[in-house]
Amino acid sequence: MAAYRYGYSAVLFILCGLSVFLVTNGQETILTGDDGAAAVDSPQTVTETAEQTAEQPAVEERQWEVTEVEEASPDEAAADKQDASAPETLVPPSVPRPKDDFQEELVIRPLHSGDIYASFQFRTLWETDFMRGNKVSHYRLFPKSLGQVISKFSVRELHISFTQGYWRTMQWGQPFLPAPPGAELWVWFQDSVTDVDGTWKELTNVLSGIFCASLNFIDSTNTVQPSASFKPLGISNVTDHRFLRYATLPREIVCTENLTPWKKLLPCGTKAGLAVLLKSEKLFHSSFHSQAVHIRPVCEDWQCKTTSWELRQTLSVVFDLHTSGQGKREWSLFKMFSRTLTDACPLASSSKVYIDITDNPEGEQFELIPATPLLSQAVVLGDRRTFSVYDLTQQITFGAVRSLNLLIRWKSTEGDMLRPLLHGERYVAGYGLQTGEIHTLMYNNHPYRSFPVLLLDSVPWYLRLYIHTLTVTSKAKDNKPSYIHYQPSKDRVRPHLLEMLVQLPPNSVTEVTVQFERALLKWTEYTPDPNHGFYVGSSVLSSLVPSIVAMDTNSTQERPLFSSFFPCKEESSYFVRVYTEPLLVNLPTPDFSMPYNVICLTCTVVAVGYGSLYNLLTRSFQIEEPSLGLAKRIANIIRKMRGVPPL
Amino acid sequence: MGLLSDPNRRRALISLLTRLNTPICLVCYMAGVAWFMGLAFEPFTLRTYMSENAMGSTMVEERFPAGERALATGREFAAHKKKVGGMPVDWLVKTMQARGLEVFTQSFSRTLPFPDENKERYMVKGTNVYGILRAPRAPRTEALVLSAPCSPGDNNQAVGLLLGLAQYFRNQIYWAKDIIFLVNEHDLIGMQAWLEGYHHTNTTGMDWSPLQGRGGSIQAALSLELSSDVITSLDLVLEGLNGQLPNLDLANLFYAFCQKIGVLCTIQGKLQRNDWDSVSGYSHAVQTMMLMVMKQASGRPWGDHGLFLRYHIEAATIKGINSFRQYKTDATTIGRLLEGMYRKLNNLLERLHQSYFFYLMPSLSHFVSIGYYMPAFGLLTVILLLRALDLWVQLATPPTRTEDGVADIEQSSPGVLSVLTPLVISHLTGVALYTLPIRFQEMAVEHFPVSETEAVVLTAIAVYTAGLALPHNTHRFLSGEGTEQGWRVLKLVAVLYLAVLLGCTALINFSLGFILALTLVPVAAFVTPHIPKVLSAFILVILSPACTLLFSVFFFQELQEMPVSFQDGWLLYLSVISQGILDHFLYGSLVYPLIALLVYPCWLLFWNILFWK
Repeated sequence: MAAYRYGYSAVLFILCGLSVFLVTNGQETILTGDDGAAAVDSPQTVTETAEQTAEQPAVEERQWEVTEVEEASPDEAAADKQDASAPETLVPPSVPRPKDDFQEELVIRPLHSGDIYASFQFRTLWETDFMRGNKVSHYRLFPKSLGQVISKFSVRELHISFTQGYWRTMQWGQPFLPAPPGAELWVWFQDSVTDVDGTWKELTNVLSGIFCASLNFIDSTNTVQPSASFKPLGISNVTDHRFLRYATLPREIVCTENLTPWKKLLPCGTKAGLAVLLKSEKLFHSSFHSQAVHIRPVCEDWQCKTTSWELRQTLSVVFDLHTSGQGKREWSLFKMFSRTLTDACPLASSSKVYIDITDNPEGEQFELIPATPLLSQAVVLGDRRTFSVYDLTQQITFGAVRSLNLLIRWKSTEGDMLRPLLHGERYVAGYGLQTGEIHTLMYNNHPYRSFPVLLLDSVPWYLRLYIHTLTVTSKAKDNKPSYIHYQPSKDRVRPHLLEMLVQLPPNSVTEVTVQFERALLKWTEYTPDPNHGFYVGSSVLSSLVPSIVAMDTNSTQERPLFSSFFPCKEESSYFVRVYTEPLLVNLPTPDFSMPYNVICLTCTVVAVGYGSLYNLLTRSFQIEEPSLGLAKRIANIIRKMRGVPPL
Repeated sequence: MGLLSDPNRRRALISLLTRLNTPICLVCYMAGVAWFMGLAFEPFTLRTYMSENAMGSTMVEERFPAGERALATGREFAAHKKKVGGMPVDWLVKTMQARGLEVFTQSFSRTLPFPDENKERYMVKGTNVYGILRAPRAPRTEALVLSAPCSPGDNNQAVGLLLGLAQYFRNQIYWAKDIIFLVNEHDLIGMQAWLEGYHHTNTTGMDWSPLQGRGGSIQAALSLELSSDVITSLDLVLEGLNGQLPNLDLANLFYAFCQKIGVLCTIQGKLQRNDWDSVSGYSHAVQTMMLMVMKQASGRPWGDHGLFLRYHIEAATIKGINSFRQYKTDATTIGRLLEGMYRKLNNLLERLHQSYFFYLMPSLSHFVSIGYYMPAFGLLTVILLLRALDLWVQLATPPTRTEDGVADIEQSSPGVLSVLTPLVISHLTGVALYTLPIRFQEMAVEHFPVSETEAVVLTAIAVYTAGLALPHNTHRFLSGEGTEQGWRVLKLVAVLYLAVLLGCTALINFSLGFILALTLVPVAAFVTPHIPKVLSAFILVILSPACTLLFSVFFFQELQEMPVSFQDGWLLYLSVISQGILDHFLYGSLVYPLIALLVYPCWLLFWNILFWK
């Protein structure tokens, strides 16, 4: 038990670091080298500590404090860098900045499979405090509906995503913003909230209205409080998971009705800027569609004197080579979205289109029309990527035709994708409607580094997990998790929650199996389509994955020798969250067309059959002797006294 | 039930039943058989209809254009298969990848318990190749399967069509379920390996490598068998492992599309006829139904689909048949048919569950549901219950007192031993029948000039025959002479045992239960120690399970209009036994253990009664 408790602190510690990482790695650009310096120290410390914690408790204590102290600075640095994501838009500190700010961005990544991945990000920053007594009433760029939600429900962080489709990690690599199929909502509340469950219930209902989604189906039976997997991504010193709620609705279907309210939150709507591309008839003619809203407090400046609220609206979409692209390896903005870009959103301080050209440095893989001189480098998900940048605020970008229709035309289909280092898979094993087994596979494709993964599984109560059958094996050997947090389910009240910290050996598959029994539901608890099956949400793998950049020890890149001895570098690890596929499990289902027959039959059997059969079995039947008359009885007594046989 | 509570009336009823026992039994037997034969009469059956709403109201439009190209792919596949001398794994992987599928392979190996002489295989090693078409914006929770076995001789056209459909399907936007295109090697063994790998179970001790890609829970599957470029008709095969059948809606779907597209379709290789009121029309329907009953009773998978049913996946095999008919159908039409079926299955919101799972089909457009065919079986089993009642009454009423009543008192308590000994010994014989053939094959091969397969079959027959010597062995263990009461108790136990056994069997596999009841019920009804020994022993042997199987083999051949000589029939019989044993060890078919461990011992009990001293 002691080992678990110890592991627990280690997890908390790592996760504390994770939040830092996600922020730093998300948007860090190489060109802003100066800003990066601050970020360099801290992540390194954290990773080192994370690795050392297993052996040295004393060291852990010391470094923990170190990290605590430094925690603010990378955050702040990151926030600052995000403001100035490219050097040319760096706002000089002397200029007084407006209290709110809006940026829009589109990243397009041609995928090896021939598909194309487009990711929109819209960010609104607002230096205000929703929590203070006087109510915020004047809204400019920040959507009022969300502002009111934040202040009314004392929300510290809110992350909501609606996804249609499953991200194919093995073909597409890691996404910029992972999301599970269906709807996912996780919220950190302020520590001033007393009735968290009540607030959560109200909040989900309000959000359900705002996004036209079935979030009101979130209740205690699908809400969990993960202890380690979901840590605040903004500035925060609260890590008490009592204030965290996490829920997924794997069955939620995302369509235009969810897209419209999402678009309405944008300052320019769909009238100008990148948002003109968001036409639902094309967005839903794709292989993958995911839209999300993230709200969190971030630092406004270096010292983190003032905080501001960040609203990040993201939309990712993958277009298929065969269905949308007619099998031709040629993509243009028009072909993808049936629109071209003509201007930036006038309210936006920055409006850019990035094309990932990392695999195409010399233009031998595909050609990009029109070409742009602007290049940007960033470390995204542990990989150094190069992007062509189109700045929509510059008129020159649109050229003579006054519209930008980016065209990517493949020249060769050579080249292979680097396998993603972390990859997860899940399925139900077994047959029959009584028991089953959930298998979760976690692939570590790194050739020589092992790394820890936090696995979060939230399983509905109607699959009764036999937790004693939980096994974790990698390379045919038992792999004991260093931390397990398990909360058993209560029928009709709460789901199972299983969190584990597992070390994945290099180049291996780790398999987590647990058996379950399928519960027989009450007949009103079945969905209208019970034979479709019941969904079990994706399990979440959160991990610090060793970076690809750090992978090449015999680097061929031109670098000063003194900088390249230790493999641990600024990007030595990066945070990745991987969602497995949701499961569809069939439960034993009665034939619902039969109740009338069943009731009739049962009543008949009980009334007629049971009663008389019971009688037949328990009673013994004898033919009754006719009762004797009084005179005969007396005569018998006398005869008995005389010793003569009775009549 | 008030009737039974009244002792007088109860007595009257019981005396009636005991008095008229034999006639009632005879009538029941006749009625059961007559009822069963009546099932094939068209006015008594129901027309099939589509129960599933998601597949019914809207007809989809089929546009598959590329039949010729599919056949060309099939020829290419055949060439590669010839070159490699087996499954052209690399070529298939490359071809599937070029069509935009996610491709995975699975290797498997299996050593058979003894060599399979029909298919000439013993140590089987192979590779399955499958490609998954990922449905756009679907979360990998549901999948459909289209499979084509890669067999050494033919079926190249099926693989070609499968690849052609994969290419065509890949360019469509409307898929809501992943579609898995599977080419399995070594037909059923490969399919078994794939299914076990997919569901991560291991029921038969096969070695397979784990699957890398999955598509969630499989909703339906079709297996395709084509061996010529043009076909005259398509045959639908439904019978699966242990007599399981797919949901009737799958058959309805096939029938509906055959009607729509105008393809001749058959079931059991029999076309539908319209002249139900003529004798030949009726006998045609009876033939079709009997073929289904025979196939179902065999408990073996009659196509690659048969193994899916264990996993609650509705599956059927579609076989292309090329006979000498004028009307030919080309590959494009078959492709369109399959496209239509898959689009309809793709529309499913729930698993197929609306229609029947228990049915018999006298033709593709008519079916007999469980409610209609069960009475036939019920009439047969009621005989057993009546006999049991009769015996019970005989045991309960004290025998007519003879002058020296002393002997009778001794007789009335026929110790537990006299019943238990035959029970135990006959079951031990059953266990021997189940285990010895496989165990002793090596020894038999050493000592006799036979092959392994022959050794197994002949050992089985030898053990079976040796069991007939049982009564003598039993009597050696018994303390004294068998008493009159003794055989009655034993027969009572045996009759009830048989009733329960047949009842359970019929619930799972009606056809098997019915065929067994047809032969075993008369045995159970008439056997006593007091009938002429030689004649009744002969009848008993004729009606024993092994002879039933022998007659079934001839009957089946007759039904298929391929009558065989006795010599060929005997060889066929031997191979059927070996196949049955193999089916059990390879796929988990339950017919062999059922016969060996339960039905045969039960029959031995009656044999024992006949020779009761």
